[in-house]
Amino acid sequence: MTAKNFEKMVKEASPKSAVFLNSVKAFLVGGAICAVAQVLYNRFEAMGFAKDDAGLIVAAILIVSAILLTALRVYDRIAKFAGAGTIVPITGFANAIAAPAIEHKNEGLVLGVGAKMFVIAGPVIVYGTVASVIVGLIYYFVR
Amino acid sequence: MTKHFGDASVKFENPPVIISAAAIVGPKEGEGPLAALFDKISDDILFGKDTWEQAESELMRQTVELCVQKSGLSAGDVQYILAGDLLNQNSGSIYGARSFERPFFGLFGACSAMGMAMSLGSMLIDGGFANYVVASASSHFCGAEKTFRFPLELGTQRAPTASWTVTGDGAVLISATGRGPKITAATTGAIVDLGQKDVNNMGAAMVPAAADVIAKHFRDLNLPHDYYDVIATGDLGMYGLKLLKQMLSQDGFTAVERVNDCGLLIFDTQKQDVHAGGSGCGCSASVFASYFIKKLRDGEIKRMLFVPTGALHSVVTIQQGETIPGIAHAVAVEG
Amino acid sequence: MDIFWAFVIGGAICVIGQILIDLTKLTPARILVFFVVAGCILGGLGIYDRLVDFAGAGASVPLPGFGNLLARGVMRAVDERGLIGVVTGGFTAMAGGVTVAVVFGYFAALVSSPGMKE
Repeated sequence: MTAKNFEKMVKEASPKSAVFLNSVKAFLVGGAICAVAQVLYNRFEAMGFAKDDAGLIVAAILIVSAILLTALRVYDRIAKFAGAGTIVPITGFANAIAAPAIEHKNEGLVLGVGAKMFVIAGPVIVYGTVASVIVGLIYYFVR
Repeated sequence: MTKHFGDASVKFENPPVIISAAAIVGPKEGEGPLAALFDKISDDILFGKDTWEQAESELMRQTVELCVQKSGLSAGDVQYILAGDLLNQNSGSIYGARSFERPFFGLFGACSAMGMAMSLGSMLIDGGFANYVVASASSHFCGAEKTFRFPLELGTQRAPTASWTVTGDGAVLISATGRGPKITAATTGAIVDLGQKDVNNMGAAMVPAAADVIAKHFRDLNLPHDYYDVIATGDLGMYGLKLLKQMLSQDGFTAVERVNDCGLLIFDTQKQDVHAGGSGCGCSASVFASYFIKKLRDGEIKRMLFVPTGALHSVVTIQQGETIPGIAHAVAVEG
Repeated sequence: MDIFWAFVIGGAICVIGQILIDLTKLTPARILVFFVVAGCILGGLGIYDRLVDFAGAGASVPLPGFGNLLARGVMRAVDERGLIGVVTGGFTAMAGGVTVAVVFGYFAALVSSPGMKE
C-alpha cells in the first residue's frame, strides 16, 4: 500500500464537515454579533461620541463580554454551535486571549498566564503589526 | 529454545495470568454503555486535585492501588510497575506511581501503551524475572486537550473524524501463577507511517500499523484467521475501524467481522457526541480491564487479540510538517 | 437598515471563515492571522473603508476590520509624522482593543479555571 493509495482510501472513508449547515450557523451568530455592535454604535454616536471613540467603546464592550463568557465557561459552548461565527468577530480574538490564560494559570502568573496568553492571539498582533508597517512604508512612498 | 516466532512475535512457554484488573473512569465515560462494568466512576473530573496533570496521576494511583488490592496482595509484592500515558515525559504515570516506591518502567507508546505494558510485563514474567507485574495505562481528556489541542475554553469546533480522549485508567496485575485469563502470545508492532498528517483524524493514521501487526501475528504464529473470537483495536474510532476492515480484507483476511474497536465500545457514539469515538491510552486499557476481562472470565470470549493502537507524533513534529507515525501492539489473551 | 446590513455583511465574513475552517483544516490562529492581514491589505488599498461605510459594524467588528484599523492608523500616522508614523501607527491603532483584552484576560485567569468540555 502506498501513501497515495492510502490517502485515497482515507478520503473515501472519512465524512466531510457539514459545510453548509456550519456556514448557516456561523452566518446567524456572526451576523447577530455584528448587528448588536451596530445597535450599540448607533447609541454611542447619538450620545455625541466621535466615530473612532464610539467604535472603540463598542469593541471594548464586545471584548469584555466575550472574556466574561469565557471565564464563565460558556463561550466555548456557543462556539461549538457557531464555529467561525464566534471566531472571526473581535470576540473571537478576546476568547483567544482569555482561554489560554485561564488554561495555563496553574503554571504560574508569569510563565503561565503572562506568556501563554498570547499563544493563539500573539500571531495576530505580530502579523497585524508587520502588515501595518509594510502598508505604512508603501503609503509613505506613494502618497 | 527461543520463544520468538517469525518476524515479530513471542509465544509464552508458561503463559502469565491476569489475576486482577481494575478500571476507573471519569464522568462522561460513566454515562456510557460500559458504566456498570467499571470499578469506579469519578463524578469529579479533577479527582479531588487542582490540575489536570495531578488529576491523571491520582486516577492512575487509585486504579493501580485498587487492582493490587483486589488480588489480595499488597503494593510491596509488585515487582515491576509498567505504565504509560499521554502527558509530556509520562507525567501521569510517574507522579501516579511515585507513592508506591516500587521498581518502575515508564513507557511511551502513545495510546498503544497498554499493549506495550502487557507484552513487556508478560515477557518479564515468562522470562523468570518477576512473579507479579502491574501494567497500567491512563489518559485524561482535559490534560490531552491541553497538551495536544487547544485550551478547553477556546471556542473551536471538532472535526467529524476527531475522537474524544477517554478520562480513565485500566490496570492489570499479571502473575506467574494463579487463576484468570492467560496471556499466551504477543506481537510487537513496528512504526508504520503512510504519510497521514491530519491530527483530527488519528484513527486513519494508526490503521496501517494495526493492519500490519495483526497480519504479522497470524503469519508468525501460523494461526487460522478465525482463531480469535474478538480482535479489539485500541482507539481507531468508527472511520478508522472501517478503514482497517477494508485494508485487512484487501489483504485476504477472512475474519473481519470479528474486528472491533475499544473506542466504539466505551461511548455511545449516537448519543454522546464524541464524533469518531473514544481514544487515548486509557480507552483501550479501561475497556480491557472492565468489559473484556469480564467476558474472558465468564467464558463469553474464549480467545481474544487485544491490539492497542498509538499515534506517535508530538505537537512539535506536527508543527514542523512531519507526518503521524502509527504503532500497534498485539496481545493474545485466552480465558 | 444599517443594522440589517451589519448583520448580512458580518455574517457573510464569518461564512468565509467557516468555509476556510471546514475545507482547508486551518487552525484558529491561522484563520485569525489570515483575516487580520487581509483586512490590513484591503485597508491599505482603501477598499475596506468602503465596506465599512456600507456595512458599519458588519465590516469593522470581524477581524478584517481590526486589520483595516491598523492600516488606517498607520496611514494617518504617516500623514502626521512621516516615516516615524510607519512604526507608531499600527500599534497606536490597536492599543485600545488589545489593552482591554489583555487586562480583562488577565483578571479572567485570576478568577476562573478551565472546565470540562460538553
